[in-house]
Amino acid sequence: MFRRDFLAGAAAAGAAGLPRFAIGQPTGSQVVRFIPHADLGILDPIVTTAYVTRIHGFLVYDTLYGVDAEFRPQPQMVEGHRIEEDGRRWVLTLREGLRFHDGERVLARDCVASIRRWAGRHPLGQELNARLAELSAPDDRTILIRLHRPYALLAEALGSPVTPCCFIMPERLAQTDSARPVGEIIGSGPFRFLAGERVQGSRFVYARNADYVPREGGEPSWTAGPKRVHVERVEWHIMPDPATAAGALQGGEVDWWETPTADLLPVLRRNRNIVVALPNPTGMMAWGRFNHLHPPFDNQRIRRALMGAINQADYMTAVTGTDRSLWRDGVGFFPPETPFASDAGLEVLRGPRDLDRVRREIEAAGYRGERVVLLGTTDVPTLAALSHVGHDMLRRAGLNVEFVATDWGTVVARRASREPPERGGWSMFFTFWTGLDNINPGVNQPIRGNGRDGWWGWATSERLEALRARWFDADDLAAQQAIAREMQAIAFEEAPTLPLGQYFQTTAHRRAITEVQQGLPVFWSLRKSG
Amino acid sequence: MLAYVVRRILATIPVMAVVALFVFSLLYIAPGDPAAVIAGDQATPEDVERIRASLGLDRPFLVRFGEWVIRILQGDLGVSIFTNLPVTTMIAQRIEPTLSLMVLTLILAVVVAIPMGVLAAWKQGTWIDRGVMAFAVLGFSVPVFVVGYLLAYVFALELEWLPVQGYTSFSAGFWPWLENLILPAVALGSVYIALIARITRATMLEVLSQDYIRTARAKGASQGSILFLHALKNAAVPIVTVIGIGIALLIGGAVVTESVFAIPGLGRLTVDAILRRDYPVIQGVVLLFSFIYVLVNLAIDLVYTLFDPRIRY
Repeated sequence: MFRRDFLAGAAAAGAAGLPRFAIGQPTGSQVVRFIPHADLGILDPIVTTAYVTRIHGFLVYDTLYGVDAEFRPQPQMVEGHRIEEDGRRWVLTLREGLRFHDGERVLARDCVASIRRWAGRHPLGQELNARLAELSAPDDRTILIRLHRPYALLAEALGSPVTPCCFIMPERLAQTDSARPVGEIIGSGPFRFLAGERVQGSRFVYARNADYVPREGGEPSWTAGPKRVHVERVEWHIMPDPATAAGALQGGEVDWWETPTADLLPVLRRNRNIVVALPNPTGMMAWGRFNHLHPPFDNQRIRRALMGAINQADYMTAVTGTDRSLWRDGVGFFPPETPFASDAGLEVLRGPRDLDRVRREIEAAGYRGERVVLLGTTDVPTLAALSHVGHDMLRRAGLNVEFVATDWGTVVARRASREPPERGGWSMFFTFWTGLDNINPGVNQPIRGNGRDGWWGWATSERLEALRARWFDADDLAAQQAIAREMQAIAFEEAPTLPLGQYFQTTAHRRAITEVQQGLPVFWSLRKSG
Repeated sequence: MLAYVVRRILATIPVMAVVALFVFSLLYIAPGDPAAVIAGDQATPEDVERIRASLGLDRPFLVRFGEWVIRILQGDLGVSIFTNLPVTTMIAQRIEPTLSLMVLTLILAVVVAIPMGVLAAWKQGTWIDRGVMAFAVLGFSVPVFVVGYLLAYVFALELEWLPVQGYTSFSAGFWPWLENLILPAVALGSVYIALIARITRATMLEVLSQDYIRTARAKGASQGSILFLHALKNAAVPIVTVIGIGIALLIGGAVVTESVFAIPGLGRLTVDAILRRDYPVIQGVVLLFSFIYVLVNLAIDLVYTLFDPRIRY
């Protein structure tokens, strides 16, 4: 019996037979009360890559393109585009009737400034910058992009849901340095941010943007299609304690809890008024990241040997429990069932784990007992689970591990150090990304090899970088898939990062909430009854 | 007396200066980097470096400390690194829920615990005494969050008498304000009630064995008069001292209680700021707590004179 069950049982016995009163919300309320997975610390969706800020971004801002459930870019703020000069000139035309929340029209020059601010922060934007000859606004509704080299993925880049997204904001705000947050939250999206009602760490409020003009035709799909709003107000309530969030949802004090924890799912599923769903088929991808600058993980053979020690089921069970519908093992570097997933190199993850062999391979690779400093996060349950299983795996693989248990804030600071482990550096940490953020070779950081310019751990691989460059210019999807397949095979060989499996984050909402969209948590389309 | 109060208030200045230096230095040497937290997991080292520079976090300790002190002297606690909101605004938004919770808990604790302690001393050795002591042991032993979850489960989820979470400002009405605070105050107050009840019992037992109590009894004074007028007044000084010390307990307990009941108070603000390394907010809140604690101690010293005329300043 679990502690929570015992407490609930004991309490219920005492409460039986006493009168009940309703505390939830008044009926007919067109206010959606939502518990996001984290506090909304930063409101500017370009400065940070935090997922919670992306959700906020899709409420307040609009994007030039959206992506549908097939991961194809679809026009959103743009009416359409023309591609000229063999792909070296793109002419984008804005839709009529777009307005910012301050009443000003959305002009092409606002989009130009927004693209410039975003491009330096996003992997696909950086690729755009590398090819860009001219980005201008010849008139109020036309965005002109001239390129040195064709960039077939331009629409995909501008509509990418990978954080930070290319949200459009007024030029006066978009001219802010991308390392500094903007002073006002003014977008042209389907909801307005009510800054006056903000209580940091507790409540954020959005009101329906009555001036928003959804696209005509089509159906809403992920971030594409018409964004029709059927509720007047969205309130975010920050609840750091999962038990409190579960109680608030059960009691009807809130309508939607974005990320219920796995241990509370049985309680929520038993409640007739609550729907538990899996909104994002790309799930979350778990990773173990090496520091490639220092021993022992500067040694490719040692990294490669550790692939044989991975039991993805152990990691995923620690994260989400034994319910197999909530996780997958046998997962490579791209989310399964997405266009670039393949079985290349996966054989190393299959079959029984032979840790004796792994130890022998590590010794043969030249391991001399160097200290492995593992940064283990303790204050984020998923990361804590990954870190503990990872610690056990490294120890059993015969490595001399120092487990530094600390909070995420300390991990992100310490992983910035390029010093050797014995001088305040590190050897390995664990993290997770949404599947969307690993969906293709263009955005997938764990498979990159761009060295000191790259993600923490600074993996260097000329082969991976060359293939990635080729991927951008591949002729069609089949060619791109072939390159992604090759990249994955090399990644299993060079092991820049350890793939630890895919898990699915559930969401839970009251039955009164309907038409909740698949993909990211968005607030258009959904309805609230009763 | 007035001179004493002025002296004590002036003495808070060096105390606050030491606290300020200590907090600033501690945060400077503590591991953590707000720029890395702001940038997020997917950011590259270059992104983080740019954010760090834009926040001025790459400047020397003395420059940053000097600027901070100058701002403090001007009454400006700075701006949150994360939210871009002035720290004073963030504290102002959060102080009402925390003060409400602390005051309600204090009232509840004093109203419940002192009669319990007096009763237990009066009925020493009986089942009433043992019952009160058992309650006190339970209050000390069961963590605040367990009491909180139990109360929320019974009174919010099962009976639906009170809300599970949240806070409603006093300006929205007395009952909406109170209904959100009843469960948190009971949960937070459980330890405090236990503490005060035990101290009250112990000091009352000592006082009740004094000669003047026997004299009062011999004079035919009523039991109530003996307990509450003669004995309790003389037992008050240690009880008041414990109440004052307990305010520090309340500040610590408020962190947990505010999390369990999702109350947007200073406790949660502090925890959030620490986890993000939001230095200006941490510094502002710690200074505020230190100041409150110094003032509470002063108030307690002054209250002593009400109960014991021999105490003079």
